[in-house]
Amino acid sequence: MPSASNDGAFSQSMFDALKAVQASMGGEAGMKLAVSEGMVQVPNAAAAIRDYAQQGYDLVIAHGTQYGNSLQEIAKDFPNIAFAWGTATDTFADKGIKNVFAYNPRAQEGGYALGVLAAKLSKSGIIGVCGPVEAGDAKTYVDGFKKGVTDTKKDAKVNVVYTGSFSDVSLMAAAAETHSKAGADVLTGSSQAVVGAIGVAKDKKAIWLGTQALQTALAPDTVGASQVYDFSGVVKEMLALSAKGTKGGTAFELSLKTGGLKIVYNDKLSIPADAKAAVDAAMKGIIDGTIKPLP
Amino acid sequence: MNELFTLPVLLGVLYSGVRLATPYLYAALGEMFAQRSGVVNLGVDGIMLMGAFTAFFIVTNTGSLALGMLGAMLIGLLMGLLMSFVSVNLRAVQGISGIGLYLFGLGLSSLLFKRLLGSTKAIDGFQAIPIPFLSDLPYVGDVFFKHNALVYVAFALVPVAAFVLNRTTLGLKIRAAGMKPEAADSLGVSVAGVRYFCVCLGGVMAGVAGASLSIGLINLFQENMTSGLGFIAVALVYFGGWTPVGVMVGALLFSMVNAFQLWVQVKDILPSSYRDFVVMLPYVLTIVALVFGRRARQPTALSKPFSRGEN
Repeated sequence: MPSASNDGAFSQSMFDALKAVQASMGGEAGMKLAVSEGMVQVPNAAAAIRDYAQQGYDLVIAHGTQYGNSLQEIAKDFPNIAFAWGTATDTFADKGIKNVFAYNPRAQEGGYALGVLAAKLSKSGIIGVCGPVEAGDAKTYVDGFKKGVTDTKKDAKVNVVYTGSFSDVSLMAAAAETHSKAGADVLTGSSQAVVGAIGVAKDKKAIWLGTQALQTALAPDTVGASQVYDFSGVVKEMLALSAKGTKGGTAFELSLKTGGLKIVYNDKLSIPADAKAAVDAAMKGIIDGTIKPLP
Repeated sequence: MNELFTLPVLLGVLYSGVRLATPYLYAALGEMFAQRSGVVNLGVDGIMLMGAFTAFFIVTNTGSLALGMLGAMLIGLLMGLLMSFVSVNLRAVQGISGIGLYLFGLGLSSLLFKRLLGSTKAIDGFQAIPIPFLSDLPYVGDVFFKHNALVYVAFALVPVAAFVLNRTTLGLKIRAAGMKPEAADSLGVSVAGVRYFCVCLGGVMAGVAGASLSIGLINLFQENMTSGLGFIAVALVYFGGWTPVGVMVGALLFSMVNAFQLWVQVKDILPSSYRDFVVMLPYVLTIVALVFGRRARQPTALSKPFSRGEN
């Protein structure tokens, strides 16, 4: 994992899923779980991936888009081990590799739904987005969010800032500060660095909408709702396939339809019924295909 | 483009620049003292992380911001002592031992966070204190006089540091230890004592810098939350020519360019394909300044261990 398992975002979403799967399999006796956290440096992550494979783990998950190239090299050396890579859609099947699964959250779906919510909750009509790097699920989330806002309130303004870093908490806080100065009263953002922005949102009495993991606990008076990645279904499926001898080749997608993505409200904050109804309608539209969450 | 150069944006850049500069200023001022005495401490970031965690942990458990600050200062002092011992007594290569200290702080703060807290939650940190009359001034009141106490103290320390360094006996001893340690030693100055003092002072300041993030500006703790900020602070000492005012100018410039690039994005005045160039601005500025910056005041004994009779 690129960051800590308790980062309140990307890494935590996978860690929580793994713990849930472990619990469903009878705890530590039923499933051995080992985690390498804070793998910011790709070579360190590559060493950990190879190490787990050498130790014979049934499934080795490379939880970070940046680990793809390393995984492609390592997977060839361990054809009997199942690997998983996310967020990604490529299993390297076209390169003759058969033991890599891929998983990808359709972050734009929850992004769109939260965009609808933001448009309903914002009084100033200005909404701020704190992004890390314009890539992967951060980009699709932001793009979906923007479309959700503008489809709901044509004259709303969505200001987007990318800090260029997944981990710079201080700069993310400054981004939120800038949005607030520009009049935003609803904020959102992606990556483990958003704790900085959430702290500012709390200070400025703005509403925060989270993604990747359930972020309510970070600021119970500030977080209105979160899009939660629930990887547990995908992990279970990969384990089941691996046990049957299929070590890879499938690209899984987490979506609102499959239940891999969930919108979880913070019960402590009173979200108006009409706003929740609009979100429900948007989610229904995404699931039945009548709403396209990306531009 | 015209939308960017408006008064609200200019004031926003200044306000954010002042806030962002605060942790840099604490850390860089402390590091400046260490370097003026002849010791480079590359462990600043690790000390900041320990300071940030300690302050956050104490405030989470006691609610006392004062105790949080004291805790951060104490842990900074202890890590400063460790760095002093390694660099002064053991005469280790300072660059390497500093990196070791950084990794120690990074690992220990993460370990303690996991063991003692497990998860993070926003706290009520230092609140803004509008300064009477001054905060009511048009434009500048909002920018300069509506911050929390840690911001004011950071900027107040600049003239204090300049005075101590340039107008006191202690300052003279510090400069001598960094420029001509053998001469200082021959005049009865304890070079080891001066270096211990300065590195420990730098440690305390780095601890406060970390606390200024976790209980002052962000009010949350996350593993590796400084994200290399301490290394930028070390660069700012070079940028600032080893003077307090120079360090402050560097911290403000770096922070304001950072704030400016955020506003460029908020105002959406550049195509997204140029966004990466905008994000690079502060770092490009740092490199340019380091290349063309003045070296006149660089302590000649910087990073050289001193031992009586050997130099």
